[in-house]
Amino acid sequence: MKISMFHLMPHRELPDDFEKKYSSVWVTPPWSELADPSRVGQYYNWTLDELEFGAKMGFDGVCVNEHHQNAYGFMPSPNIMASALARNTKDTAIVVMGATLPTNPPQRVAEEYAMLDGISGGRLVAGMPLGSSCDVNWCYGIPPMEQRERFREAHDLIIEAWTRKDVFSFNGKYNQLRYVNTWPKPIQQPHPPVWVPGTGSKSTVDWVAERDYCYCFLSYFGSKFAKKNVDKYWERLDELGKDPNPYRLGFLQLVLVAETDAKAEEQYFEHVKYFYEKSLHTPLHFFMAPGHVDHSSLVKATRAGGYGIPADLATQRKDWKFQDYIDNRFIVAGSPESVKQQLEEVIKDLNCGNLMALMHLGSMPHELTKKNIQLFGEEVLPKLRNIWDDQGWENHWWPKGAKRSQEVVTV
Amino acid sequence: MNRTTNVLKTMNGRVESVVHQAGSGPPVVFLHGAGGPAWDPFLDDLANHFTVYAPSLPGTEGDPDAVREIRGLWELMLHYYEVFDQLGLDSPAVIGHSFGGMLAAELASTNPDRVSKLVLISAIGLWREDQPVGDWMKLTPDELIPLCFYEPEGKIATEMFSMPEDEIERQDEEIKRSWSLACSAAFIWPIPEKGLTRRIHRAKAPSFIVWGKQDGLVPPVYADDFKSLLTNAEVFVVDKAAHVPQLERQDVVSPAVVKFLS
Repeated sequence: MKISMFHLMPHRELPDDFEKKYSSVWVTPPWSELADPSRVGQYYNWTLDELEFGAKMGFDGVCVNEHHQNAYGFMPSPNIMASALARNTKDTAIVVMGATLPTNPPQRVAEEYAMLDGISGGRLVAGMPLGSSCDVNWCYGIPPMEQRERFREAHDLIIEAWTRKDVFSFNGKYNQLRYVNTWPKPIQQPHPPVWVPGTGSKSTVDWVAERDYCYCFLSYFGSKFAKKNVDKYWERLDELGKDPNPYRLGFLQLVLVAETDAKAEEQYFEHVKYFYEKSLHTPLHFFMAPGHVDHSSLVKATRAGGYGIPADLATQRKDWKFQDYIDNRFIVAGSPESVKQQLEEVIKDLNCGNLMALMHLGSMPHELTKKNIQLFGEEVLPKLRNIWDDQGWENHWWPKGAKRSQEVVTV
Repeated sequence: MNRTTNVLKTMNGRVESVVHQAGSGPPVVFLHGAGGPAWDPFLDDLANHFTVYAPSLPGTEGDPDAVREIRGLWELMLHYYEVFDQLGLDSPAVIGHSFGGMLAAELASTNPDRVSKLVLISAIGLWREDQPVGDWMKLTPDELIPLCFYEPEGKIATEMFSMPEDEIERQDEEIKRSWSLACSAAFIWPIPEKGLTRRIHRAKAPSFIVWGKQDGLVPPVYADDFKSLLTNAEVFVVDKAAHVPQLERQDVVSPAVVKFLS
């Protein structure tokens, strides 16, 4: 089992009336009214400190990702964060989830990922996201209907840039390069492991399954919500005659640990509410620009009554208590023992080998976040590490240079 | 009125294109807006005087992926010229509404010989910082209706945005609307100005620019901008109409357009 720590780098201090006063946390929240550059500088440093602390406390990897123009999580360049993390960690995987393929020049992604692999000594996980509609269509102006094509073309170019020995030409629809000759190339051969985040769209699931990459189901609605979509991935792999190796699947889970169940509610409930009410305050049209999903997915989603994305789920959880968030598996929370039990269920239920734990939510202060990380690292992580060992699977999707020992480092 | 529908193939057979046709007389091509194709009473009025051809934007009817076979505005122009060829139209009058207006202006500018007369109704295609075109891609029907209709509660608005009662038909309509927006977005995302001002001087067709005085989506100032860019244009601003003047003020717009085209 590999357990990494994920961080979104959110705005931690949105005003109480944020979701009433502003129509969206993404694309259009006005910076000048809501943020201060020096304070945000502090957020970036807290985020890096927290991830580095996670590495110290035994997490197998640290995860960063890319989003734009929002107060929900704003690392516009995950590679900048990853570069600092590569320097300040020794044996942890650097999981970049990742540089959004349709909006970054693919040759630049190939170069920067190779730099990160070099600096970290082969510890990079090369995340290749399609990107959200908010980021790619609304913030970066890519026509929705081009997004998937651009993603696939960028992927092909990056893999070729890493693996081909010759200087070659790439004559794509969106990228025409007379001379592709990427300097540097990654340490990991033939290339760093590729993880592809998704939220269940069939076209992405099939694409990942066919290529033997690691599919990472990233949502904030837990394993019950994910189950149906994740099962489709395993079914597709089975159809293709591929093994059910749990390391083929990554899964993001919100995790909150305290000394006791009661203390967890006392310490974290306000932050859970902040996260779901403020950090995820995005209207449907920003998630779903027309053409962001292809026609067959549009038909399927319309017939099914929605996309199963935040706007659809918002009404359900309106009056939820802390325990409802746990019972519905949106969050995993409680004493170390409770958290261990809940995570065991999640891991087994989904057949997940690469867990990504989100240890910081929206408004959580730095010290509380560190406490969450420490309790998890000391009292939960060691008990989950060996969960798949009896089945003898090999994690082909783990970076070769990330040789974190199985023991927890004490500080 | 007797209406027929033809399915054509353009771009060496790659692109399926649906064309609706009615009436008799000189040819008039009507290009629909971003909301997708619909035969409406304004087209019936035209068909009383002309042969009306209403080609659907590829993807919005028939093969949904036809739109993917067209790379950019340049190939879209070639597609429409091929549609003209297959319909035997050398130089028809072309009417475009909103997104269709932009296409009509582009067709008249790219090859001026293929458009004999040009009618722009509430057309997009230009951009002003001081009065930007509204972002209909993100507006909900509740936000969009007051911008598009002088009488948001009126019969025209209600009919245009009404949904079938039957669940499957309602879903079909939702899919059709969403995909129509997706297909037009392929050519105008994220700002519906793709360089028309640099080309429009080439258009030589006499032009008639129709605008609703209360258009909240594409403000009437754009009518004047089109007039100043076109060499031979007159503007017809209609009171008590917003973004769909040909339906809200069909009583005055239909006769004016018929007169201009006759």
